[in-house]
Amino acid sequence: MNTPATTQRPKAVPEPTPETQPFWDGCARGELLLQRCRACGKPYFYPRPICPECGSTDVEWFAATGRATLYSYVINHRPAPGFEDDAPYAIAVVQLTEGPRMMTNIVGIPNTPEDLILDMELQVTFEQRGGISLPVFTPSGQA
Amino acid sequence: MNRERGIIIAGAAETDAVGKLPNHSTLQLHVEAAVNAVADAGLTMRDIDGIATVSAPGPVQVAHALGITPTYLDGTGVGGTSFLLHVRHAAAAIRAGYARTVLITHGESGRSRVGAAPFPRGSSSVQGQFEAPFGTAGPTTAFTIPVLRYMKEYGLTHEQLAYVAVAQRKWAARNPRAMFTDEITVEDVLASRLVAWPFHLLECCLVTDGGGALIVTSADRTGEFPKPAVHVRGTGEASETPIISQLADFTESQAFRLAGQAAFAEAGITTADVRHLMIYDAFAHVPIYGLEALGFVAKGEAGPFIADGSTEPGGRLPLNTNGGGLSYTHTGMYGMFAIQEGVRQVRGEAAAQVPDAEVSVIVGNGGMFASSGVLVLGRSAD
Repeated sequence: MNTPATTQRPKAVPEPTPETQPFWDGCARGELLLQRCRACGKPYFYPRPICPECGSTDVEWFAATGRATLYSYVINHRPAPGFEDDAPYAIAVVQLTEGPRMMTNIVGIPNTPEDLILDMELQVTFEQRGGISLPVFTPSGQA
Repeated sequence: MNRERGIIIAGAAETDAVGKLPNHSTLQLHVEAAVNAVADAGLTMRDIDGIATVSAPGPVQVAHALGITPTYLDGTGVGGTSFLLHVRHAAAAIRAGYARTVLITHGESGRSRVGAAPFPRGSSSVQGQFEAPFGTAGPTTAFTIPVLRYMKEYGLTHEQLAYVAVAQRKWAARNPRAMFTDEITVEDVLASRLVAWPFHLLECCLVTDGGGALIVTSADRTGEFPKPAVHVRGTGEASETPIISQLADFTESQAFRLAGQAAFAEAGITTADVRHLMIYDAFAHVPIYGLEALGFVAKGEAGPFIADGSTEPGGRLPLNTNGGGLSYTHTGMYGMFAIQEGVRQVRGEAAAQVPDAEVSVIVGNGGMFASSGVLVLGRSAD
């Protein structure tokens, strides 16, 4: 495709809400923040002010290690707006060391079935986009 | 258990055609389906006192277009399974005396997008913050993600996944209304272009235009209608997650399992009683998850079960006998078409009729393993 870049729509940029703002503020500092229930101890994602395990609203933020393993993915051949030059690219779900899972992209490695091996070890890194730092993951040792 | 308070589907019909309908608006698809279903039940619009459909266009719009002033409304919209939930809610409302004759409609200009609602994707929504930034673009990029984990855990092969499409095309070849009727091979599937590896084009559902409608009423009126009554023997509903990353276990659907358990318990059946099965197939892996969630096979066995011919014509468990979303039609909210095929099979009027289809089970999916409704339909009340 020789579509001029000027006609491409940009990649989606998340718009924080009050309950997710601390997460995005953490990303801007290079920290991956999760929430944890002070009543039952369960860490969870996505950000919200109630524990999905026990219903307690006594929850706190903490900095995760940023270590994860590759849980599952697809390699997308029909790119979302702004991703035209990246296709085919992997849309992945990673399992954080702390337990929760999140969707992300895998960077610093070819996005092929041969290179992306389930359960491989990953480390968070951050991609700048539209004033937001996005948590993406790269093989451990390359971050 | 439902003998005295039984519920039946007294009328069921689809739009005159399904597929590419650029001259039908979304609303007109609802209207045409409703007219056909009311006629199928031998009724008039004046006989309808309840309405159920998803937004948009929603129950107020559909009722008004049809000249109905309903005193029962259900706008439950939890994705493509919503119509199964509408049947369940209508059954409860009729038993409670809140409604007598409920019309459930579906119409969707999924392909031509005439008068269709835009896809909502606000950048501050949970999806907008935690999925879209990573390049998701609709169900092909998210609903598909769990299967690689399933393949690693249970040994499902690419060929077995492809065979789901092969088996369903065999049913579509027997259904003149299906969009695709030429039989295909595993090699054809694996040679079709990649959409989101490991999924190829032929492992993804169609995108079509069409509609369908149902008339639900109490079983004590059996015999008042021209077509054989289809008894609603059991129903279930459940939800799990709005975003695929939070599916608790990527190898199974809790929503399918919980909805199925409720429906089977209410109907008083086991899997051994089921003669015909519909499992919402937006993608080739969904019937695999459905077969296992409802206990038709053990965990990890559904791929080989389908690949050995068990669900195709002549197999012991006929599955997705209209050709399914992969080969028949898929407007976006396919659940209505799965119900329609279950009704046709129980009545004995399906294009690819299964012998002795006395009990049919419909497993609906909403969103991407987000929600589910399950119906147990039967030729008799119990």
